[in-house]
Amino acid sequence: MSLVSIRDVRKSFGANEVLKGVSLDIAKGDVVAIIGRSGSGKSTLLRCINGLETYQSGSITADGIEVAGANTNLRELRRHVGMVFQQFNLFPHLTAAENVMLAPTVVNKVSKAEARATAAEVLAKVGLSEKMDAYPSELSGGQQQRVAIARSLAMRPKVLLCDEITSALDPELVNEVLRVVEQLAREGMTLILVTHEMRFARDVGTKLVFMHHGKVHEEGVPKEVFAAPRTPELQQFVGQVG
Amino acid sequence: MLQFSFWDILSNLLIATQWTIVLSLIAFVCGGIVGLALLFMRTSRIPALEWFTKVYIEFFQGTPLLMQLFLFFFGIALFGVEVSPWTAATLALTFWTSAFLTEIWRGCVESIPKGQWEASSSLALSYIEQMRYVILPQASRIAVAPTVGFSVQVIKGTALASIIGFVELTKAGTMLNNATFRPFLVYSLVALIYFCLCFPLSWWAKKIEGRLNVAR
Repeated sequence: MSLVSIRDVRKSFGANEVLKGVSLDIAKGDVVAIIGRSGSGKSTLLRCINGLETYQSGSITADGIEVAGANTNLRELRRHVGMVFQQFNLFPHLTAAENVMLAPTVVNKVSKAEARATAAEVLAKVGLSEKMDAYPSELSGGQQQRVAIARSLAMRPKVLLCDEITSALDPELVNEVLRVVEQLAREGMTLILVTHEMRFARDVGTKLVFMHHGKVHEEGVPKEVFAAPRTPELQQFVGQVG
Repeated sequence: MLQFSFWDILSNLLIATQWTIVLSLIAFVCGGIVGLALLFMRTSRIPALEWFTKVYIEFFQGTPLLMQLFLFFFGIALFGVEVSPWTAATLALTFWTSAFLTEIWRGCVESIPKGQWEASSSLALSYIEQMRYVILPQASRIAVAPTVGFSVQVIKGTALASIIGFVELTKAGTMLNNATFRPFLVYSLVALIYFCLCFPLSWWAKKIEGRLNVAR
């Protein structure tokens, strides 16, 4: 059974339909790269998976929890579905370690000492052991984004959603973040990434999804899809970005 | 006839000033507690709670404080409950203060970037937990200056309690004027005392406002 199952999801902002019946199945350990032009609905789709956006019809199930509007057990869902944002969104009044410890202590009622040990472990994983007590304002963009990844990992998510996580970074900082994500992929973490990093999508992704006008226009194994795009839209897109 | 020296007038005014301070503190503390509760309701995104706080705030901001004092003083008495000027003044000033503080604080909460809400909800925090651990610690820093600034309005607002017979600074001034027939001296002193209470607060509010701007 798939870990995340998306069935014919439709979503409108007012009169503007941004998702026009999207279906996707994501298995445990998949690394799904969602690409497409801005406005193609890829970020909206990602945000529907953890309930940041609601949708009008269709269904989404993540880790056995049905994501369906007001009746969703959002707390349970979000304990298992992590999310990393383009703008990092670290809590500026808390240190790196405190950012990471917040959800485990508040939501999972883990003791401070245990949460601190977890924070040390996940911050080491993203290569920031020596920055535990630094405030976000003292960190570079790449470091902040790695803390944000660590913050999600501390909840031991089953799936990690990454919404253009390198788009706000200076070019020289992109790789340090991508390396962390690549390592997570190697360790078997299920990842769904909205990304503009085509090379990363090809080399690390196990599945490529090209979205166009609110639909999955083409999907498949990244290397094959990139080598021989079937649709003219993807050919053109790859030509422009690649 | 009893003669009042300058020092008699001043010392009587200063005694009454204590009550202005006490009433201001009570109004500010109680208003702050009620205001915080209203703030949670106002930003809860639960329609019924938001609607209630909107009506509450519109009422207390949209009617004169004096009318509110009258309503509490005379209105509750209609139900056969004896209301002292103390109780009426405390209640009216508390509700009036809470309405303004809620609006001030709501502005501070709304100035926190949307990403902070999204990141904390993605970490499975509930609304109350988001407010407590993420939003309020940031919003309260911004709120200090306008809150201190508003405390000046509360101090001046207590003067209206004199009209329902509460003996604070303004009422003491009126009584002393009736006894001494020296209105210019008495009310000059009253004004000076209010100024001495209010000016340090507005000065402090300006100072912390400036410090926050530099930090950004």
